Amino acid sequence: MATTANFTAERENYLNANYGVRSWLLTTDHKRIALLYLASITFFFFVGGFFALMIRLELLTPAGDLVMADTYNKLFTMHGQIMVFFFLIPSIPATLGNFLVPMMIGAKDLAFPRINLISWYLYIIGGTLMMHCVLTGGVDTGWTFYTPFSTAFSNTKVIEAGLAIFINGFSSILTGLNFVVTVHRMRAPGMTWTRLPLFIWSTYATSVIFLLGTPVIAITLLLVVFERAFHLGIFDPNRGGDPLLFQHLFWFYSHPAVYIMILPAMGVISEIIPCFSRKRVFGYNFIAMSSIAIAVFGFLVWAHHMFVAGISLYSALVFSALSYLVAVPSAVKVFNWTATMYKGSVTFSTPMLYAFGFIGLFTIGGLTGLFLAALGLDVHVHDTYFVIAHFHYIMVGGAVMGFLGGMHFWWPKISGKLYPEAWGRLAAAIVFIGFNLTFFPQFVLGYMGMPRRYWQYPPEFQVLNVLSTAGSTILAVGYLLPMVYFTWSLRYGKPAGNNPWGAAGLEWQTQSPPTTFNFDEIPIVTQEAYDYENIPAPEEVPLER
Amino acid sequence: MSDSPIALEHHLEPHQQHHFVDMEQQKHAASLGMWLFLATELMFFGGMFCAYLIYRWSYPVEFGVGSRTLNLPLGAANTAVLICSSLTVALSIRATQMGKRTLTVVLLLLTMVFGLTFLVIKGFEWNEKYEKHHIPGASFRLSAEDLKGVNVDPQQMQDFQARTQTFYSLYFAMTGLHALHMIIGVGLFLYLTYAAWKGQYGPAYYTPLENGGLYWHFVDIVWIYLFPLLYLIDRNLQK
Repeated sequence: MATTANFTAERENYLNANYGVRSWLLTTDHKRIALLYLASITFFFFVGGFFALMIRLELLTPAGDLVMADTYNKLFTMHGQIMVFFFLIPSIPATLGNFLVPMMIGAKDLAFPRINLISWYLYIIGGTLMMHCVLTGGVDTGWTFYTPFSTAFSNTKVIEAGLAIFINGFSSILTGLNFVVTVHRMRAPGMTWTRLPLFIWSTYATSVIFLLGTPVIAITLLLVVFERAFHLGIFDPNRGGDPLLFQHLFWFYSHPAVYIMILPAMGVISEIIPCFSRKRVFGYNFIAMSSIAIAVFGFLVWAHHMFVAGISLYSALVFSALSYLVAVPSAVKVFNWTATMYKGSVTFSTPMLYAFGFIGLFTIGGLTGLFLAALGLDVHVHDTYFVIAHFHYIMVGGAVMGFLGGMHFWWPKISGKLYPEAWGRLAAAIVFIGFNLTFFPQFVLGYMGMPRRYWQYPPEFQVLNVLSTAGSTILAVGYLLPMVYFTWSLRYGKPAGNNPWGAAGLEWQTQSPPTTFNFDEIPIVTQEAYDYENIPAPEEVPLER
Repeated sequence: MSDSPIALEHHLEPHQQHHFVDMEQQKHAASLGMWLFLATELMFFGGMFCAYLIYRWSYPVEFGVGSRTLNLPLGAANTAVLICSSLTVALSIRATQMGKRTLTVVLLLLTMVFGLTFLVIKGFEWNEKYEKHHIPGASFRLSAEDLKGVNVDPQQMQDFQARTQTFYSLYFAMTGLHALHMIIGVGLFLYLTYAAWKGQYGPAYYTPLENGGLYWHFVDIVWIYLFPLLYLIDRNLQK
C-alpha cells in the first residue's frame, strides 16, 4: 500500500502539470481558476473582516470614542460592500463551484474555459478598483447606495465603488453563464438530470439568478454613476426622479442575491450530510426542485425591504405573502436533511459539524426572516439590530458555514492532503460558539430598539454589545485557524487518497488532486447520485486518527 | 469499465476545442451561451425600460413635450439604416453557409458601414440636443417653442422642467448605452470580417459569425423599441 500511496502522490496532476506565475495567470483549467478565486476572496474576506472588527470595537462602549461618526459610516459601508460583492457572492460558486461543476458531471472543463479566466480578471479589476476606493477615502452610503444620498449628497467615492461593483457583476454573470451552459451541454453519458448531484442543482439555480438578476444591479448602479457624473435625473427628486424606483431596482437584484449566497451553501450541505450519514439522501427530487423554487420565488419578494419606504399597502400585503412562501422550499430542505440523518450511521467529522451548524443557524435565520416579512412586526424592528442579526444568521451562519464545510469536505480532493481532523473540529466548534455569541445578542438588542448604523448608543445596551464584540474576536480565531492548518497540511498533511470519505460522486472517483482534464477516460454514469447503500465506508476512517 | 469508454485523446476537428466531445456539442454550447448572454442584456436594458414605463406613466405631458423635440427624420433614417444592417448580417451568414467568401466579407463590411452611419447620425442628433440646451444639468431649459400648445402654470414651471429632464435623462442613458453596444458591435465585426477574409469560416464552421449576428440583431431590436418609445409618442400633443 505504501508504494501505491507514494506513486499516487507523485502522479501528474493539475498542480504539478506545469509551474510558474504564467502557468497560473494564463490558465484555463477550471481547477486552477478556482484556486485563483480562493486566494482572492480570502483576501477580501479578511479586508471585510477587518472592518467588521473595527465596527465591533467602536460599539464596545456607548460613546463614539474609537472613530468619528463619518468614519463609522464608511466602516459599515465598506464592510457590507466588500463582504457581499467581493466575498459572499463569489465565495462558493467561484471556488468550489468552479472546481466541482465539471468534475461532478463528468466533463473535462467548463464549456467556456477562457471566459472563465476572463471572469476572474474582471473580479480582480473590480476588486482593485474597490481597494483603491477603500484606500483613498472610501464610501459612506451604506452598501445599499440609497438615492438621493448617494447621488446628490454624499461627498465620498460613490462613482468608484459603483463602478467596482458594476465590473465585478460581469464576473458573476460570466460564471453563471458558464455553469448553465456546462450543465446543459457537457454532462457525461448517462448523467441524466435526476442523477445530478444536488450541489449541481443548487449551483444551477444560483446561476439563473446570476444571469437574470446581476444585469439589473449593473444598470441600476450605472444609472447612479450617470446621475452623479453627468447630472442625469433618474432617481433624484429635484430633477423629477423617484428614489423609490432606485430601491425597487436595487432590491430586485439584491434580494435574490441573498439566495445566490445561501443556495450554493445548501448544495454543499446536501453533499456532506448523505456522505457522513452513510445513507441515500432523503427526498432527492424535493431538494432539487426546492432549489429551483427558491430561485424563482426569490425574484418575487424584493419589496419586503421597502415596507416602511412608502409603497402601497396592497403591494406590501402581496410582497409579505410571497415572502412567507420562500419559507416552504427552505423548510423542505431542512426536513429532508434531517430525515437523511435519521437512522443513518452519523460520524461527527469536521464537514458534518459545519453541516449541523448550518442547519441550526439557517433555521434561526430563516424563521426570524418570517418575523421581518410580517408587515406589523417589520415596522417595529425595521432598521434595528434585529435585521442585522437575521441576515448575519443567513449569510454568516448559513453561507460561510456552508463554505467552510465545503472547503473541509473537498480539501482532500483539491490539495490531495488531509487536514488535521482534531484541529478541524476545534475550529468548527469555535466558529459556532463565536458566531452565536456575536449575533444572538443582536436579536435582543434589535428587539429592544437599538437602531443599525449608529456609532453611539444608550448605556443600557452596553452589556449585550460587549458580549457581541467578545464573540466577534472568538469568531475571528475560528476563521484564522483553518487558514493555518490548511496551509500546514499542504506540506505536512497525510496523502488523502482518491476518496478518503467513501463519498459518492464522480469527483471522488478520479485521483486526488485530479489531472488537468479531470478523468483518464470520460466516465459513463449508471447510478443515481447518492447510492450510499452500495458504497463501503472507508476502511481507515480519517477521523479516527 | 470495459464497455467502450470514450477515449480522452480523441481526434479533434480543425476548430474543435479539446474539452468538447465533438463539434456538435461545441456548437450547441456556444449557441446556448450566446442566447443566455442576450437574456442578461435583456435584463440590463430592462432596468431602463422599467424606469421609462414608470416615468412615462407618471409624467405623460412632460414626456410628450420631450418626445416631440427629438429629430424625427434623423431617428427614422437611423431606424432604416439599422434594419438594413441586420439584413446584411443575415445575408452574410447565408453567404458563408454557401461558401462564398468574398460575398461574406463584402456584406460584413457593409454591415459595419451601416453601423458607423448610425453612430454618425446619432452624433448629429446629440449635438442638436446640446445646441438646444436639452442636455440635463444646470444649463437645461425648454424654449417657448418646445412648450408650444402646453399650458403650464408659471409657478409650476420649475417642477415641469425638472420632470421633463427625466425624459432627456432616460433618452441619453438609453440611446447612450445602445450606442455603446453599437460601438462594441462594430469592433466585434472588425474581427469577424478579418477572420472571414482569412477564410476561417465556411459551410462547415461559422459559429462565431452566427453568434456575432445574434448580438447585432439584438442591438438592432433594442433600437426598434427605443425609436417608437422615444420619438413617436404624442407627436400631436394637444392640451
